[in-house]
Amino acid sequence: MKYVFQMMIIGGITFVGELLHVWLPLPVPASVYGMMLLFLCLCLKIIKEEQIRETADFLLLIMPVLFIGPGVGIIDNYTSISDAILPFIITVFVTTVIVMAVTGLVAQAIIRRTKGGKAHE
Amino acid sequence: MNEWLQDSVFFGLFLSLFAYWIGVKIKARFKWTILNPLLIAIVLCVICLVAGDISYETFDQGAQYLSYLLTPATVCLALPMYRQMKVLKENWLPVLVGVLSGCAVTLGLVLACGWFLKMEQTLTVSLLPKSITTAIAIGVTEELNGISAVTVAAVIITGIMGAVTAGGVFRLFRIEEPVAQGLACGTAAHAIGTTKALELGEIQGAMSSLAIVASGLVTVFAAPALASWIF
Repeated sequence: MKYVFQMMIIGGITFVGELLHVWLPLPVPASVYGMMLLFLCLCLKIIKEEQIRETADFLLLIMPVLFIGPGVGIIDNYTSISDAILPFIITVFVTTVIVMAVTGLVAQAIIRRTKGGKAHE
Repeated sequence: MNEWLQDSVFFGLFLSLFAYWIGVKIKARFKWTILNPLLIAIVLCVICLVAGDISYETFDQGAQYLSYLLTPATVCLALPMYRQMKVLKENWLPVLVGVLSGCAVTLGLVLACGWFLKMEQTLTVSLLPKSITTAIAIGVTEELNGISAVTVAAVIITGIMGAVTAGGVFRLFRIEEPVAQGLACGTAAHAIGTTKALELGEIQGAMSSLAIVASGLVTVFAAPALASWIF
């Protein structure tokens, strides 16, 4: 029964996320509303971690598998990018790698500076 | 082969799981970061579909049941964020500056690539939201009169590239702080990058989840503003 209850909580939050997506005129998807709502409920102790733990951890663990369908779906959209496949791939590759490096380096520089500052105090 | 399978509900489900399982085995055997199980699974499924002349619709009849779980799974990203609340509070400044600079670089680089590679304007605007989660990205593209199919492909390929290259990028640029690694994964490669971040550790996973939300919100407002200014 534990898993039924946990799935019910997660399903319920997801459902409210969907409702918010329909009601509010913002370009925010149901999953992001749901994530913010669940975070809020956990912080306010409305939902306790034990009430979702195993099911949530399971869903997070299998998350890569859930992207196989959309990934394979690219073959259906291939015609829309086939004309400009080379610029497309170059842009996607270059931006992904550089953005990852820049974000990481900027964040790390700030973290290390604050840490260094604390060490001197 | 399509005729036998087009009424099957579990073919796509089985093929997805089987291909992923092979991917995990190959990854365990060779341990190269390029051998990402998700990437291997997608390539294997595509090879099967093309070789067997099976349509994507036939495959998706089964595979869609796995994709349905994407929304609740994304909702559950709140849990690692909640568990790492202390780290999150202590690092509000790196989160803010890291995500903002990541978003700015994404938009700037896409525009620069579009200009250098002489891409059509509709293609360039369709690539602007490539680093944010699919559902938000489609909304941005529609507002910019881009092509949704291009955006969806770009978002997913970005995610997979992010997950595949993260290990190498962190080693090359000596990004060692867990908080910085997580922010980098989430800002550059949304939810698929977050699956990689969760693999690295819970702090990385929590920061990456937060970065999905933050970079999504920043891009929703920044991309249309920038596009109307440039074009």
